[in-house]
Amino acid sequence: MADLKITNLHKHYGGVQAVRGIDLEVASGEFTVLVGPSGCGKSTLLRTIAGLETPDGGTLEIGGRVVNYVRPRDRDIAMVFQNYALYPYMNVFENIAFGLRARKTPQAEIETRVRRAADMLGITPLLDRLPRQLSGGQRQRVAIGRAIVRNARLFLFDEPLSNLDAQLRDEMRSEIKRLHQELGTTMIYVTHDQIEAMTLADRIVLLREGLIEQAGTPLDLYERPATRFVAGFLGSPQMNFIPAQLTQSGGGWAIKFGDNISLALPPRQRNGFSDGQSVVLGLRPQYVTRANGSDRPGHQRLGVTVELVQPTGSRAYITFPLGGVPTVAELESHDVQRPGERIDLDLDMNRAVLIDPESNRVI
Amino acid sequence: MTPQAPFLRRPGTVLALRYLAVLALTIVFLFPVYWLFIISFKTPEEIFAFPPVWYPESIQFANYRVLFKDGDAVTVWNSLVLAGVSTVIAMVLGTICAYSLVRFKTGGENLAVWIISQRMMPPIAIAFPIFLLYVFFGWVDSYHGLIILYTAFSLPYVIWMMRGYIEDLPLELEESALVDGCTRWEVLWKVVFPMVRSGLFATAVFTFVFAWNDFLFALVLTRTEVITYTVQVTHYFGGQSNFWAKIAAMSVLGTIPVFFTVATLQRYLVRGISMGAVKG
Repeated sequence: MADLKITNLHKHYGGVQAVRGIDLEVASGEFTVLVGPSGCGKSTLLRTIAGLETPDGGTLEIGGRVVNYVRPRDRDIAMVFQNYALYPYMNVFENIAFGLRARKTPQAEIETRVRRAADMLGITPLLDRLPRQLSGGQRQRVAIGRAIVRNARLFLFDEPLSNLDAQLRDEMRSEIKRLHQELGTTMIYVTHDQIEAMTLADRIVLLREGLIEQAGTPLDLYERPATRFVAGFLGSPQMNFIPAQLTQSGGGWAIKFGDNISLALPPRQRNGFSDGQSVVLGLRPQYVTRANGSDRPGHQRLGVTVELVQPTGSRAYITFPLGGVPTVAELESHDVQRPGERIDLDLDMNRAVLIDPESNRVI
Repeated sequence: MTPQAPFLRRPGTVLALRYLAVLALTIVFLFPVYWLFIISFKTPEEIFAFPPVWYPESIQFANYRVLFKDGDAVTVWNSLVLAGVSTVIAMVLGTICAYSLVRFKTGGENLAVWIISQRMMPPIAIAFPIFLLYVFFGWVDSYHGLIILYTAFSLPYVIWMMRGYIEDLPLELEESALVDGCTRWEVLWKVVFPMVRSGLFATAVFTFVFAWNDFLFALVLTRTEVITYTVQVTHYFGGQSNFWAKIAAMSVLGTIPVFFTVATLQRYLVRGISMGAVKG
C-alpha cells in the first residue's frame, strides 16, 4: 500500500506558484528523494506533506486517509529540519523525549525508547548534555533521534545535511542510509545536492518550477534522462551538451558537428530522425575515455587536442573543443600529462542521448 | 631601550582614573538613597541638625513602628497587589497578542505600530474621562479598577517588547514541536515561553515598576480603601510642616519590593535588555 499519495497538488504564495499540480505516490518503506534547484518547490511540497502548509488544491493522503486539513501532530509523521531545531534549554534526553512527552507516553517507555534510539545513533554518552555543547554532527544525530523515537509512519527530512561540512556530510549520509535499512520506514528526503539524491534514494523525484520533471530510480534518471534539464542536473561533472546535426550516411545515422567532425550513431537510436535535423548531443564525461586500440560496437574514436587538465587524484578532468563547445572527459590521471597534448579518445555513443533543441526533451 | 608611555596613557594611570570616575558616579547615584535610608532611622532632632548628621548615633525604628501602628504600611501591600496582578495579566495577554502578531500576521503590518502609539498618549489627558467612566461603573477606589487600568496601560509596551523577542525565535523550533505532537497553545507554553524567558522577565520588571511608581491614576481613582504608597507619601506633606521621618520610612518601604524584584531578576534583566538592544 502507498504510504503517501499526492494528487494534483497546488500551492501558491501570493502570486508565486510554488507547486503546480504534482502527482506522486510513495510506497511503504521506500526512500524517496525530492531534488531540484532552489525555488523548484521541493521544500514547499515537503512542508505541505508535513502539514506546515495547507495545499490550495489537490489531495494529500497518508496511509489511505485524506489529510489536507489534518493538523501536523495528527498525521503520524516525524520531521528532521535543516537547522536541527533542538530546544536549547533541554538536554539531549529531553530533546529526544519531547515528542513522546507531548503524546503523554508513560515514563518507563520514554526511557526505553530514548535509550534505544540513542544507542542506534551512538549518542548515549551525550544524553545529559545541552545542544550548545554538541558539534554539528552530534546535533544532527539528536535531531534524527527525536524523529526515530516516535515510530512514525512517515519520516520527512528537510535538507538535513546542508549545515554540515563535507566530511561529516558523507558520514551522516551513510548513517541515514543505514538507518533506513534497519528501520525500513518510509522516508521522504529533500535536498538540492544531486550526490545525496543519487546515493540515498530508492527513487528520485526531480522537481523544476513546481512540477515533476522526472521520477524514477537513480540509475534510470542518470542513464535515461527524459529532458535536458534532468540530464544536466544529475552527474558530476555535468553532462556535455554539444549542438550538432543528424545526417544519413550509408545504412545508418551519424551526427555532424560544426567543425565537420562526424560520429556514427549506434543502430538502435533512430526513432523519429530526419536528415539534417538539429539536435544536441548529450554525453557524460565518464563515457569519454582514452582510446586503447580495440574497437567496440557503438564506440567512436576521436583525436583531440587537450586544452585544460584538472587532476582530482585518481581521475583527471580534461577539456577539449568539440563542435565549438568546450567538452569535458573524465580520464585516468596517468592518461594525460599537460595541456596542448594530442590524444585519441573513445566516445561511448551507446550511452549518448540526443536532445531536441526546441523542446529540450530527449529523442 | 623601550620608550616610556606618557603618564596619562600608562595602564596604571588609566585604571586609576577609571576607578575614580566609577567612584564619583556611584556616590552621585547612591548618596540620595543612603540619605533616604538614614533619615528614616533618625530622631527628629538628628534630621534637622546642622551641620548634618551623616550617620545617626543609634538606629531608630520608631518611624516604621508608627507606620505599621497607624495602618499606613498597608498601602505598600496595596501597591504590591495592584502592580503584581496587573503585571501578570499584562504579561500573559501581551505575550499571546505578540505571538499572534508575529506568527499569524494579525492585523497586517501596521497594527503593532498602532498599538504602541497608544502608549504615547500623556496619561493626564485621559485621567479625567477615565475618572468619570469609573464613577459610572462604580470602580473608583477598587482593586479591580486600578488593575484593569494598569493592565491596559502596560499592554502596548508588553506587546511591543515581546513582539521583538518572538520575532527572533527560529520558526523551525515551533514547527518541529507542532509535528512532534503539540497544539499551538502547547507550543506557546513549552517552546516560546522558555525561549523568551529573559525578555519576559525584563519586560515584566519594567511593567511592574511602571504600575508600582504610578501616582497620577492612584491619586485620581482611589479614596481610602486601595490607596497606594505613592499617594500615602504625599499625605505627610503638610501646609505647615512636613513629616520627613515618615516620608523617608514610607519611601524605604516602597523601595524594598522593587529592590528585591530587580535584584532577583537582574540576570534576566541584563540579558533581556541587551537582546532587544542587539536587535535594534
